[in-house]
Amino acid sequence: MTTRIVELRRGILKKNDELAAALRQRFTSAGVLVLNLVSSPGTGKTTFLERTLRELRARTARVAALVGDLETDNDARRLAASGAPVRQINTHGICHLDAEMVTKHLEAWEGFSLAGLNYLFIENVGNLVCPSSYDLGERIRVVLLSVTEGEDKPLKYPGLFNSADAAVITKIDLAVPCGFDRDVALKNINEIRPGIRIFETSAKTGAGMDEWLAYLAEQAHPS
Amino acid sequence: MHELSIAMSIVDAVTESAAAYPGARVKEVRLRVGALASVVEDSLQFCWELATEGTPLAGGVLVIHKLPVIVHCDACGADAEIEGVQRFRCPRCGELAADLRQGRELEIDSIELEDPEPREPEIGAPNPVEEQI
Repeated sequence: MTTRIVELRRGILKKNDELAAALRQRFTSAGVLVLNLVSSPGTGKTTFLERTLRELRARTARVAALVGDLETDNDARRLAASGAPVRQINTHGICHLDAEMVTKHLEAWEGFSLAGLNYLFIENVGNLVCPSSYDLGERIRVVLLSVTEGEDKPLKYPGLFNSADAAVITKIDLAVPCGFDRDVALKNINEIRPGIRIFETSAKTGAGMDEWLAYLAEQAHPS
Repeated sequence: MHELSIAMSIVDAVTESAAAYPGARVKEVRLRVGALASVVEDSLQFCWELATEGTPLAGGVLVIHKLPVIVHCDACGADAEIEGVQRFRCPRCGELAADLRQGRELEIDSIELEDPEPREPEIGAPNPVEEQI
């Protein structure tokens, strides 16, 4: 009987990481800024994205969105009302999107091309845990948090908040009735991800959208 | 609950590597998992049993080596381990420290194989460290 110890030293999600790297390369060479939007269910990702798509289109940017949900194409239909090309990804029980799903859906998307596109938004499945491990080839990972969820959410889900490049606080029009403590929320986000860009927004009133859109333009065309 | 997907990825990766040692049984799989990897150990162990059932890996032990978060502090230059995952501050000088040096790992470190009839590994197999017993 022989016992062998074989050193593998490989990432468990190596296949996902390789697919994500290939996607990133495609996105970069096509000059598309790709963002991965992650939050709990109910934070308002779709409403926020809907407004973002509309405002970007009004500024003549070319935008598209991939939207992940376990079931239904409700979100894709809502987002398509903005006039942007939108494709739904149904994961049928899987709690996150992965690079393979994105690759397959980009291939299967009839009439869609990355050429000439300025922004591609990927709305992840509503979940603050699992999406953190799966790189989708995005350049910017955006974590969203609504004022109705509590200021301590970043402390409860540090893995995801720490992996984000930008944070968006949504529904700030409800901050007062919810007793939202802005200073505590900002401090918590900053303790988990020091120096992260934070946007305080309301897709309903439009508050904070100008800063967010300026950030997107700045990221798409770095000076 | 993405631990099942992770367990299945481990099974695929180990099956692929162990194929270079025909007839060998996978006794142990050793992982390195960072504190920020968003993996729940109990849940991964539970899913490991499900994912290995009916595969050549069934009965193999999953050993999870957890790694704390280490940050680099721009203010004082220290590389230091932080306690928990709620405060990304340098434990030495107290400044915020965004530069992560350890804590996101999600890796298979090594596997232990038991071979009833030892054979030479196939060409291209990963480096084995052999222990005769």
